[in-house]
Amino acid sequence: MSGLLKSRETLLALAIFVMTLGIAARFPAFVTPGNLANVFNDTAPLMILAIGQMVVILTKCIDLSVAANLALTGMVAALLNGAGVPLPLILLGVVALGAALGAVNGLLVWKVGIPSIVVTLGTMTIYRGVIFLMTDGKWINAHEMTDGFKALPRGAIIGLPVMSWIALAVIGIFAVVVTRTALGRAFFAVGGNAHAAVYTGISVGRTQFAAFVISGALAGLTGYLWVARYAVAYVDIAGGFELDVVAACVIGGISIAGGIGSVGGAVLGALFLGVIKNALPVIGISPFWQMAISGTAILLAVAFNASQSREKGRIILKSAESA
Amino acid sequence: MTQLSPQGRTIPDRLQSPLTRGLRSWEALLVLVFVVIFTLNSFASPYFLNAWNLSDATFNFTEKAMIAFAMAMLIIAGEIDLSVASIIALASTAMGIAMTAGAGTPVLVLVGLMTGLICGAVNGGLVAGLKLPSIVVTIGTMSLFRGLSFIILGDQAFNGYPKSFAFFGQGYVFWVISFELVLFAVSALAFFALLHRTNFGRAVYAIGNNPTAALFSGIRVDRVRFILFLLTGLMSGIAAVCLTSRLGSTRPSIATGMELEVVTMVVLGGVNILGGSGTIPWCWRLSSSGLSPLALVC
Repeated sequence: MSGLLKSRETLLALAIFVMTLGIAARFPAFVTPGNLANVFNDTAPLMILAIGQMVVILTKCIDLSVAANLALTGMVAALLNGAGVPLPLILLGVVALGAALGAVNGLLVWKVGIPSIVVTLGTMTIYRGVIFLMTDGKWINAHEMTDGFKALPRGAIIGLPVMSWIALAVIGIFAVVVTRTALGRAFFAVGGNAHAAVYTGISVGRTQFAAFVISGALAGLTGYLWVARYAVAYVDIAGGFELDVVAACVIGGISIAGGIGSVGGAVLGALFLGVIKNALPVIGISPFWQMAISGTAILLAVAFNASQSREKGRIILKSAESA
Repeated sequence: MTQLSPQGRTIPDRLQSPLTRGLRSWEALLVLVFVVIFTLNSFASPYFLNAWNLSDATFNFTEKAMIAFAMAMLIIAGEIDLSVASIIALASTAMGIAMTAGAGTPVLVLVGLMTGLICGAVNGGLVAGLKLPSIVVTIGTMSLFRGLSFIILGDQAFNGYPKSFAFFGQGYVFWVISFELVLFAVSALAFFALLHRTNFGRAVYAIGNNPTAALFSGIRVDRVRFILFLLTGLMSGIAAVCLTSRLGSTRPSIATGMELEVVTMVVLGGVNILGGSGTIPWCWRLSSSGLSPLALVC
């Protein structure tokens, strides 16, 4: 099984590599280290959110509120900055606020027992509504933000912007958390077989709650990065981004049925979308093609993943398993 | 969507009474909310309780509600279609192409409905044929369908639909009763009959409750799923005709985000989130009277 997972990620990495080579054959400028670093940096928010979403999907839930969470925490970060709060406190604040927003989702799923798709569909609207209530729909523009606030994600350390380093740190931390800790195993156990998880002493609800808190905290962190990098905050930032995040997970081989997935898959899925997005203008294809291409990629990825998992021989009573 | 409910399924101790009572109270609440909002609005503004104002207000929900009927059946059967808004965009674009090619109003309508059906067949084929999870498939086709209309239109727009085409979204059948409202009422009746008075409707409930048991009781589960996606596609096509006719133009960004409004309508109107027996199966039951207030409240 781990061999299968590995091969799926290798295949995806290979696809990205071949795609990049193909582009490089015509447009060598695309593969200069500087530009590749740009692509990586551009994809950093998607990668961070995809890792959070992966954890949630592993537990058989889904978090559609990540983009709204990002927008709300980003707006709060901008408002705190305007009120003169020092940057380290803002950073702590956005992560805490994001985690709290995630905890709201988690509690509704855990304690009230509402399906996660309904909960997060609701909180998605509520969080954006809260931004509107706070600001009356006004924008916070670059000149209303301090220089330090805007500079942090762009500042370079050893040639890479801080935002990329943060993404790398998140990847590293969660690669360990997911594969090397009891909590990580619990995510897989709950998604793979909830009943068996209960019998081994894992609380399904608590694990799902933890997943939502993680997803929320990462969305909060991304909220600051997003607002600081693009130097603007308003109600509709990252509108519809939650579906890109889910798409990255699906392309990365994370099973929407829970229990299957890896941090590497989520990162590669995000990179796949990121390379396409950045390559289209370079090779002179109208950016209007991007949506159709990522849609096709999602369909191919899910069909491919399904055909792979079918070979595992999980299906018994074949005629009855049309479910 | 069955896989998203981790608690498994429980068989209630008493079958009918607590469940129906809970559902009744939910719809009673909806009607109550509707009446309260209606009364408050009438006091708040002297212009609210005007036949034309109320008639105008119906345009806000009729198109979405027509899709919501089909979506409700899909969700009862344990599936979901997030691509409905993108189907509208693609169907509207197809009508725009037909219009530029000089097609008349009947052909335009036909093109819109056919595009909806084809998109529904694509979703249905992928879900029922290849046995892929519907939420992922329709997130994919959501990008694909709208992406296609972005490729065709870019930042352009189709304008200049024929005068007779405007009837579907702007015409009135009788006094303040718009064509869309009539269409909405007819489809409400049709879906009510389909869901509550036919074998097909029972099959939809059966599949939502237990697909395996449904298969063993002789229901062609995949065929029912396919037909449900076709229906949703068709209703999206009808909505596309109405919306395009009402706006009089097509842009690729038409109806953006409508899929979530439709799902919200279904959840608000048909779902007893907190009631019932403690665990909540995904198969929401839209009871007989739930169909109409669901749209009015939204």
